[in-house]
Parts: sequence; C-alpha cells; structure tokens
Amino acid sequence: MTEAEKDNEILARAAGLRWQLGDNFHDKLTEGIYTDAAQIAAHAVETPAGERHYTFDSKIDKIVTSKTWGFPIMIGLLAVILWITIEGANYPSGMLFTLLIDTVHPLLKSLAAHIGLPLWLDGLLIDGIYLAVAWVVAVMLPPMAIFFPLFTLLEDFGYLPRVAFNMDALFKKAGAHGKQALTMSMGWGCNAAGVIATRIIDSPRERLIAIITNNFSLCNGRWPTQILIATIFIGALVPASLSGLVASAAVIGIALLGVAFMFLTSWGLSKTVLKGEVSTFTLELPPYRPPRIWQTIYTSVIDRTLIVLWRAVIFAAPAGAVIWLVANVHIGDITIANHVIDFLDPLGVFVGLNGVILLAYIIAIPANEIVIPTILMLTVANLGLIGVGDTSGKLFELDSAMATGSILSAGGWTLLTGINLMLFSLLHNPCSTTIYTIYKETNSWKWTTLASLLPVIMGLVVTFLVTQFWHLIWLMPEVKP
Amino acid sequence: MPMPDNTACNNCALHNTAGLKKLGIDTANVDYVVALAGNPNTGKSTVFNALTGMRQHTGNWPGKTVVRAEGGFSYNSHKYKLIDLPGTYSLLSTSQDEEVARNFILFGRPDVTVIVVDASRLERNLNLTLQVLEITDKAVLCLNLIDEAARHHIKIDQRALARDLGIPVVPTTARSQQGIPELLKAIDDVATGAIICRPHKVKNLSKPVEKAVKQLAGALEQQFPGLPNSRWLAFRLLEGDSRITAAVKNNELKELVRP
Repeated sequence: MTEAEKDNEILARAAGLRWQLGDNFHDKLTEGIYTDAAQIAAHAVETPAGERHYTFDSKIDKIVTSKTWGFPIMIGLLAVILWITIEGANYPSGMLFTLLIDTVHPLLKSLAAHIGLPLWLDGLLIDGIYLAVAWVVAVMLPPMAIFFPLFTLLEDFGYLPRVAFNMDALFKKAGAHGKQALTMSMGWGCNAAGVIATRIIDSPRERLIAIITNNFSLCNGRWPTQILIATIFIGALVPASLSGLVASAAVIGIALLGVAFMFLTSWGLSKTVLKGEVSTFTLELPPYRPPRIWQTIYTSVIDRTLIVLWRAVIFAAPAGAVIWLVANVHIGDITIANHVIDFLDPLGVFVGLNGVILLAYIIAIPANEIVIPTILMLTVANLGLIGVGDTSGKLFELDSAMATGSILSAGGWTLLTGINLMLFSLLHNPCSTTIYTIYKETNSWKWTTLASLLPVIMGLVVTFLVTQFWHLIWLMPEVKP
Repeated sequence: MPMPDNTACNNCALHNTAGLKKLGIDTANVDYVVALAGNPNTGKSTVFNALTGMRQHTGNWPGKTVVRAEGGFSYNSHKYKLIDLPGTYSLLSTSQDEEVARNFILFGRPDVTVIVVDASRLERNLNLTLQVLEITDKAVLCLNLIDEAARHHIKIDQRALARDLGIPVVPTTARSQQGIPELLKAIDDVATGAIICRPHKVKNLSKPVEKAVKQLAGALEQQFPGLPNSRWLAFRLLEGDSRITAAVKNNELKELVRP
C-alpha cells in the first residue's frame, strides 16, 4: 500500500467511525471535557459556602445593564467624557496655536528669508508642510490627550462588555451579531482596528455586516473634528457658561446618530444582500477591576494619542505640500485649488456644504485627522486672506477655536454648514487604511467597494435632505405673509 | 496571597528575576518558542507584557487580542520567543480566532504552552486547559488573577491541581508582577526538560467514543510513529475537521513528530 493509500484509509476509517457514533459526537466530547473539568475543580477549589459571591459586581451590573438605567448611564458616561474633553482642550489648544503658529511659524519664515531659501521652496516647506503639521498638532493633540485616557479608563474598568450586553437586543433586531457592539466600540477608537476586531464574530454573514457598518462608529480622527465644529457653531449659540454642555450634547447626538445608522444599515443588509439567521453567543461579563490610573494614562498616551497623532502628522505633511501646490500653482488665471473648488462648489452647495469641504475630504482620504486643518488652509488660500508679516499670502493669526470660527465665517460658513460638516464627517468613506484593512479581511473588491461608497452616498443624501428641510423652515415665515 | 517582600526571598534561586532580560520585539535566533493560550480576559496580554517588557495595550474585555502578538525575553541565558494567542473558550469550533490559536499550538509546535487561567473562574477555564493538554504535553498553568480569587475568598489547592493536571501550576498576579519569577522558572524547566509533564487526558468519555478514539488514534500512530497528539487528532477527524483532514492527506502530520 502506498503512503497516500494509507492516508486515505485512515480518513475512510474516521468517516466510518463517525457514522457509527452519530452526529452528536461534538456534544459527547464537550460533555466529557466538562465532566473532567468539574471533577478537577471540585478537587482543587474551595469556595466559601453559603456566601453569595461577586455581590459587588452583580450589584453594579444590576444597575448598569438594567432596562431602565442601562442606556441613560451609557449616554451619561459618554457625555461626561466629552464635556471634560471639550472644556479641558480649549486652553492647551490656544497655547499650542500661539506657540506653533503665531511664534514658530514667523520665526521659520524669517530664518528662511535669512538663508535665502527660494520662495517656492519656502512656501512648500513652511507654508505647506510645516503649517499643516503644526495645525494637526494644535487641533488634535489636546482633545486626544484628554479623551483617550478617559475612554481607556472606562475600558479597563470593564464597562465595554456591559455596553455590548445592553445593545445585544438591538443588534439582534437588526439581524446582526451581538458581538458587533464590541467591534463598534473598538471603532470608536479606530475603524481599522474595529474591522480587524470583527474576527471574534464567527458567522461570515454577520462578520461582513459588522465590517461594512463599522465606519458608522466615530473614530479617533473624527472625534476632534466633531468636538471643534460643535464648539464653534453649536456651542456659540448659547451663553458661554452653557456652551461646553451644548457642544457635548451635539457631539453625543452625532455619535448616537452613527449608532442609529449602524443599526439601520445592518438591518438593511440583513434583509437584502446578507440575508440569514442571527447566531447566538455567550458573552462573559468580566469582573470590574479598579483601573490602574497612571499605567492607563501612560499606555493610552503612548499607544493611542501619540500613535494617532504620528499617523496624522505623517499624512498631514504630504497633504500640506499638496494643499500648498494646488493653492499656488496657477492654470490660466486661477489656481488649481480654485479650479477644483469652483467645479465642486455647485455639488457642495447643493448638499449644504461647499467646494472647499469636498476638496478637503478628497485630499484627506488617507486620514480623517487632517480634514479640519485642510479645510482651514484651503479656505484661507481660496479667500486669499493675508495675515501679518507674510510674504506668500498664507499666514494668519489664530489663537483659539473662536478664531478658527472667524476664518470659517469669512469662508461663507453658516450654522447649517457646520451641522452638515458634522453629519458628513460621520457619513463618508472610511480612510484609506480602513479601506485597505476591509479588503484584507474580506478579500473581496465587491464588499470593499460597498463599504467605501455606501457611507458617502448616505452622507450626501442626508446633508441634502437636512439642507432642504433647513431652507424650508427658514423660508416659511417669508412665504407666509 | 501577597508575596512577602524580604531580602531572603530575593536571594533565592527561584526569585531569579535578574536572569530575566526583556527583549521586546527582538526575537531573532531563539532557543525556545512559548505560546500563551487561555480564555478571553484572563490577562494573557498582561502576562505577555510582564515577560517581554512590551506594552501591548491591555483591556478589560473578552476578545481584545484577535491577532497574535510576538515578543521576546531571555532567561538563564536561554532566548525565548513568546506568542500571545487570541483568547478562546475552546479549540473545538471554527471561528477565526480559535483556528489561529489551535493551529499555532498544533502546527507551530511551541516548546512550552503557558495556559493563563482566571483563578476565580477556574472550572470554566479548565475546559480550554484540558483541550490544550490533549494537543501538547509541554505546558504550564498560569493561575492568574489570584488576588481577585482571594478577594472572593476562593482557595485553590495548587498542589492538587498540579497533580491532577500533570503540569506545573504557578499562581500569579501579573498586573503587579507577582509570581512572574516562578512562572519564568517553570517555563524554563519545562522547555529544558528539567520537568517532564504528564498531562491529564480526558477520562469521562462514553465507551463507544473512547473505543472509536482509541482505534483511530492507533491507526494514526501506526502511520505516523511518534505522533504526540494522536488522540486529539482522532477527536478532530471524528468531527470531520477539514483542516486536519487536509493535514493527513498532505503529510503535514509527519512534521508533528518530534525528532
């Protein structure tokens, strides 16, 4: 008998025995293992008799996973974190602006003039690359350095599985896997990480749903955008003492809207292209553990804040060069940026945004983090705002979020533009890293394309509808008389 | 059970943390490969960080590690590569994280598999432990979160456990580094063969199942003499596992035979 024949004989014998044993072999084996485990545990473990264990944990769980309090507590915790972030980020952000943009930038300019750097190189390096990087750092670093440690503390405490527990019923109704709540939470950190995390879902159908809808979790790169725009446009609607609260509420609204879109899309997918049964699973609620504060702050600053910031900087540097080039290279009478913005403007205005925002989202496909800096630089370039002591028409003074607001107002932004930007920031294509990760995980161009285009289309539709509705409300009183 | 912190202990051979060199991601030219397996949320990543000096993000929720992470350390002048496998409740299903863990323990043939269990939930965690012991006979049980068990007044007779499982058992509180020196010693002893494990094999199988497994395992051993995990492979073949079926056909099983 050859080797191959012997191998086949083994397989044949296995098949024969399998037939004899019946189809519940798996259960029998599992049963055997459990019995062994129980015997060994009985031998080695001594638990206090009579006393009820884990009373502390189960007391907390009774409240945080209760039907009445589960969701309010969830939203409340998120609100507190966002409020601390918004209130806390203002001051350091202003300081970074003063340092990096008001102080270091002119210094670099005069240094460049001193050593006689060619004007185009000076513009590309200092007005393009340096400014974009400085802006990313000033806009992103303070909120991230506050938001991530707080979020990580909550994670270390053991709260995330409780979120999954609370949301399980909703996901089930949407035809998706309950563990999607966990991948969704991961997505609140980073969508690429959220997509990889879907490996914990064993049904391919539900895993695909989780992958495609992960983008509806606001990620690292988008929280700061939301926080900034909410502070400028929505927080400004109310007296200063309330603005932090109102801005947090707006950001929470967007995050919850994202969750709603996730359910809606999951439901839509499970009723159309990804039909099937919901599978059941066991979710273990881990014990609450007192978070180690310093270690958490250390790892979340190193692992999350600096890594995300570094990624933003890496993408911001070339983007800064691109922005400077499109804003300074002329075709005919006007710059490339103006050409593209003019071209995109009708579509932008149609959906309540503008050409600058759309161009910024194209330039910022590699990283969501740089959307706001890109928008600001393009707006300034487009308007030809010229700041103090500047030779190339790129510098302007900015020392707080409110100054950012004044640039945007000069660019023709209204409250509606702000709201629509927040919506579009939630609903647009995933960043290139996430798209690549989706392709790697699904191995399918079809699903990757769907996952990339679906959110953009939804974003355009939603902003369009909001704009129409908005105009309807504002026009009403004028039409009536 | 807090470890007393006096100098006599620190001079003891067991407390040879001086012999530990955390090598981070430097895993070139290693002497031994160690796999970290265990249920989700038992602190595998914390143990991983304690041994390698790396700072993998740890989180208090099941399923945090879905891809395997690698790191290195050296102890008693042996270089070790450590692989943090995804946490799983069993090795008997086909979700991707379970396959990653299972395939590594089976085909990666680690020199030692450290099974990290939650001491306060020992019985549930033993299910995975017993499955790992069916695959490999070089293992160490890391009885982690022993402080939490103590807080819940759970006492564990670690000698009885070691006797029943047939492998070294080391109580640890990895987040505060307690028990890590003992764990290192146990890993080193098993890797070098100073300790020979006699791992527990599942006993409570029904007669027909036991008979079928014996028959098939016998046939496998005849075809691949010296196969260390014929019983477990028989389990899988009886369940119709396609990955193992393929391994029989393409002679991959031959490579499982240790020289």
